[in-house]
Amino acid sequence: MLSLIPLLPFAGFLVNASMGRRLPKAASGGLASAVMVASFLVAVQQVWALAALPAGERALSQTVFTWIASGDFVIDLTFRLDPLSAVMILVITGIGSLIHIYSTAYMHEETGSEFARYFSYLNLFVFFMLLLVLGSNFLVMFVGWEGVGLCSYLLIGFYYTKKAAGDASKKAFIVNRIGDYAFILGTLLALVTFGTLDFQQIAGQVAAMPPEVTFGTFSLITLLLFIGATGKSAQIPLYTWLPDAMEGPTPVSALIHAATMVTAGVYMIGRNAVLFEAAPLTLTIVAVVGALTAIFAGTIAIAQNDIKRVLAYSTVSQLGYMFLAMGVGAFGAGIFHLFTHAFFKALLFLGSGAVIHALHHEQDIRHMGGLKAKLPVTYWTFLIGSIAIAGVPPLAGFFSKDEVLFYTFYNGHQLLWVVGVITSLLTATYMFRLVFLTFHGEYRGPQSAQGAQRAHGAHGAAAEHSGHSEHSVHDAPPAMAVVLILLAIGSAVVGFLGVPHALGGHNQFGEWLHPSFVAPAAHGMAEAASAADEASKIALERLLMAISVLVALAGIALAFGVWVRRPEIADRAAAQFPGVHRLLLNKYYVDEAYDAAVVQPIHRLSQDGLWRAMDVKVVDGAVNAAGQAVGGLSAVLRLVQTGSVRSYAASTFLGAVVILGYFLWR
Amino acid sequence: MEGWGGIGVMMAVAIGFGISSVILSQFLGPSNPTPEKEAPYECGVPPVGDARERQSVKFYLVAMIFLLFDIEVAFLYPWAMALRDLGWFGLAQITVFILILLVGYIYIWRKGVLDWGPESDPDYHVAKVLGPSVVKRYRYGTGN
Amino acid sequence: MGTSAFDAVIPVICVTLAGLVVLLAESFRKKQERMPLGGLALIGLIGAVIACVLLWDRNATSFGMVTADNYALFVNLIILTVGILTVVFSQHTVERDGLPAGEYYALLLFAIVGMMLMVQATDLLLVFLALETMSIAVYVLTGIRFNDARGTEAAFKYFLLGAFASAFLLYGIAFLFGVTGTTSLDGIGTVVAAQSMSGNPMILAAIALLIVGFGFKVGVVPFHQWSPDAYEGAPALVTGFMSTGVKAAAMAAFARIFLSSLEPMITDWAPVLWGVAAITMILGTVVGVAQTNLKRMLAYSSIAHAGYLLVGIVAGNEVGKAAILFYLAAYALTNVAGFAIIGLLGTKAAPNDDLRDYAGLWHTHPALAGLMTIVLLSLGGFPPTAGFIAKWYIFSAAVGSGYYWLAIIGFLSSVVSVFFYLRIVVMMFMTERDARPVPLPVAASAMAGLAVTVAAILYLGILPSRVIDLAAASISTVF
Repeated sequence: MLSLIPLLPFAGFLVNASMGRRLPKAASGGLASAVMVASFLVAVQQVWALAALPAGERALSQTVFTWIASGDFVIDLTFRLDPLSAVMILVITGIGSLIHIYSTAYMHEETGSEFARYFSYLNLFVFFMLLLVLGSNFLVMFVGWEGVGLCSYLLIGFYYTKKAAGDASKKAFIVNRIGDYAFILGTLLALVTFGTLDFQQIAGQVAAMPPEVTFGTFSLITLLLFIGATGKSAQIPLYTWLPDAMEGPTPVSALIHAATMVTAGVYMIGRNAVLFEAAPLTLTIVAVVGALTAIFAGTIAIAQNDIKRVLAYSTVSQLGYMFLAMGVGAFGAGIFHLFTHAFFKALLFLGSGAVIHALHHEQDIRHMGGLKAKLPVTYWTFLIGSIAIAGVPPLAGFFSKDEVLFYTFYNGHQLLWVVGVITSLLTATYMFRLVFLTFHGEYRGPQSAQGAQRAHGAHGAAAEHSGHSEHSVHDAPPAMAVVLILLAIGSAVVGFLGVPHALGGHNQFGEWLHPSFVAPAAHGMAEAASAADEASKIALERLLMAISVLVALAGIALAFGVWVRRPEIADRAAAQFPGVHRLLLNKYYVDEAYDAAVVQPIHRLSQDGLWRAMDVKVVDGAVNAAGQAVGGLSAVLRLVQTGSVRSYAASTFLGAVVILGYFLWR
Repeated sequence: MEGWGGIGVMMAVAIGFGISSVILSQFLGPSNPTPEKEAPYECGVPPVGDARERQSVKFYLVAMIFLLFDIEVAFLYPWAMALRDLGWFGLAQITVFILILLVGYIYIWRKGVLDWGPESDPDYHVAKVLGPSVVKRYRYGTGN
Repeated sequence: MGTSAFDAVIPVICVTLAGLVVLLAESFRKKQERMPLGGLALIGLIGAVIACVLLWDRNATSFGMVTADNYALFVNLIILTVGILTVVFSQHTVERDGLPAGEYYALLLFAIVGMMLMVQATDLLLVFLALETMSIAVYVLTGIRFNDARGTEAAFKYFLLGAFASAFLLYGIAFLFGVTGTTSLDGIGTVVAAQSMSGNPMILAAIALLIVGFGFKVGVVPFHQWSPDAYEGAPALVTGFMSTGVKAAAMAAFARIFLSSLEPMITDWAPVLWGVAAITMILGTVVGVAQTNLKRMLAYSSIAHAGYLLVGIVAGNEVGKAAILFYLAAYALTNVAGFAIIGLLGTKAAPNDDLRDYAGLWHTHPALAGLMTIVLLSLGGFPPTAGFIAKWYIFSAAVGSGYYWLAIIGFLSSVVSVFFYLRIVVMMFMTERDARPVPLPVAASAMAGLAVTVAAILYLGILPSRVIDLAAASISTVF
């Protein structure tokens, strides 16, 4: 049964990829959505079965076949469902289903074959993502890891006739490859160290060893894996691809670049919690990188004007929170935030998609405003999502974010806690800036032909909607509206799964996940805290909670004050601190810095006009100067290939002499 | 290294003989060059044209085929010497060997490698239509 | 002498007979008469496949010089598969481009005979003879388009350098004979194992010369330089054949000699092969990046692949030996398919093998573009293709023997190589072509063959364990 969950989307992919162009749109979209819903139902049934087991023994596994077997090197294609992967598959299939349904309406302008291509990619993505989370060893996970990268590449570049989309897809792929390289090195090192790639066996072995105090093998393995995670999950320094990835269709941004794929890094750390806990040095790095990414991306988000880019930076920032939680050892809190974030960020993206759809591919919030009345469904759902992400109780984001912040403080990282709280202020501010600029105030968009022109420029598919203006703005069609409402309900209530003890709850979510983060042998050995400790812990948690609620409200108020009451403040602030504003608007010039430090020198070096050769140089240049070396070396070394037989013979002869010389003088 | 000494002596003698005969002939032989003596030797006839002339590829083909069947004979000889010891099985083996080479022989025969003379080649008749100079070039292998 | 004395050579006999029949048929063919020569060749090859399967696990030997152990049979099956695929793909192209069909198929079969014998040989002299049988046939195949200046030049270069390298090999064999007094692999192994030879200059010289000779045939740096020229000049299908068959046979013989007879000297030759493998992987990849001709690009790619194969020999452990076999299988399938696609798209008039010619292939030949993508992904080592498992397997062998740096170099170079493979994919799918040529018709049989090959590539990538088991079982009888 377990294997049905990934196989259903795969079957959908096969059908849509092979005969999709001949199917009517309703059939290809309907099929893709149907397999997703079916997969979701199977997932629910399986998780139900899992929940029926006693807490310590919750694991279902199915070995599909032995993939590689050579001596003592055995890799099975095994799916394993445990509490952690249960959460993930529910998110992937559940939110995935909703996004598929939403897409059937969102992509309706595409031609039949493009429509089928879109859904085949989307289904394939879900397949690989499920492989990633259900795999019981590193290799299966890696296949999923690479596969989702491939699908992400294909989907970002879905509008491949657009240069920006093509560039963005390549950037995403290349930056991800850098991370993947580290990831596979980490995997290999794990194989050498433990002799197995199975997560449970590794956890079992690690649990038997004392944690590392200084930098050692565990630290190296986990650090390499974490570098892989920074690529996939868009953390410093490999985050630059995610904002550009917004060139893809908006539902894709919601599914891949907000709810699921980008959280793979977080999931991977959670999956190897025992290993990471044995490497405290790496954990500290994870926490610091997470916190820095959170605040860094948060500040950038405040100055962006593209509705999807704001959300993209917000995603980077929220992912930072998740890594912060992982880094301070609060794995449950990190996954909880991942879970709630999937709801409200998917909601926000889909809401922004509805706005973009309504305005015929207008994405600049400076040309929006006053849409509240025209897009009521979108407005209210978007508002719920924004409140949720800002962390106002009792919506989902409040519970998860507070759990993250509380554990950061409680586990002794007060400085990182401060960073987290500031980020929380930023989050509330930029989200409500977005809400206010988009939905409140006056409509600032073009009134007639001008807008049509821009829309043309933005996307060719909108060509038939010439002459649209304010009056042609329409709210989300039913398929989209239903999805938005469902996600809004989700964003509002899923937080109650993890009500902390401090508020009289039991944090069922955390308890459900707990067995996944301890070694198999250590089940049920959770330390029992004394009652006094417990009381002071609850008091502290309540205090911190109050602070962050106040901060969130302050952020909303700030946004209200600046962008609704006195919009000129923003302009004046921008005018007063032009440097800061430019810095933020241009995303700290990181792209430019990478460009200047790595990309440009290589550009200058290659004057042979082979512009396509640039790509490779950018690829490797991004790693280090190796790119230049490859290109230059290649150009030089090909000269050795003279075409003269004598020089070939000489090379053979020299080779022989060198080998003989080696034997003689070694 | 024992047992190798003889080979060393043998090599030294061989190299020494080669070098010494060249050097000795330089010293001992009388040197009295005339233009006639310097000229390339062509059976007493004054040299005509360039020595590097193109030859018909058939010379090489025949040379190669000769080599092939020469080797066949070289194999036949030791087989004949051991005929009685090898018996019928040996006879079968050598027959297979000859048959394999026979296939090659049939091939070259049918492909016209053994047809010396231009008349056997259909292309020759084309050449003949084009005139005597082409025929001449064809005959000496410079055409085609 | 019972018939069992012939058992080990039955597969070879099948192919030889087919070759002779093809040659005879060609002899009696009238001009313009059409003959099913490809079919004849296929019958012989399939007969040999059946013979190989029947001989499995029987460890037959003939004449004290030819063995049919599982190792040889495994590689022979790879070679025969390559041969069958080449014949299937060639049917249409030979006719279309007016190649001399009889000679083409006969030479193909004789080359296969050489390859198979080379893998089966347990005596250095037979290794050499088989190598020459194979090489001479392949030289001629390279230049089979004798009106084509590039092809002739390529064939001639290949021939001259090949003769040069053969001399090295023969010299190495002579030295080995001088030291051990025998040319039999077992005999050499016994002598080398019995005495400590590490300081003996004669045997070190022999090893160096053997490395040069085999390195040339396998195409590793710095003995590789013939291969880009020869691969580019030869018809694409022949290139596919020789870049896989020749490489597989030479690699198998190389591994057999070095990992069985010369195994006691591994500490002496491993560092040399380490260096050769490293520069081969690096150079093959790096120079490949600058190529714009697809055949040349794949030529450099196959140089790099030879480097990956050498990593298996350097590792020298059980995993490494099995990995070489698996890698050969994966690589042979992939490369044959890749060159077949190039061959199907090119004609005598327009070779169509420049990178630009592949722009927008997706629109003219969607099926071919799709198949080519999988082939290229496999060459680049992406999951879920055969190439991924093969690379994984080879590198894990290297890591297992402690050659971390070699694995790292291998990984890095395969990362870089992804660039030039993906460049072709990008060309095919994302680049439009201004003047789109009329799509060439592609024979249904070739299409079917390609589909089967690509299916096999995916099979090896997704369910490799059966083949890996076979590979692991085959080495147990030799080493």
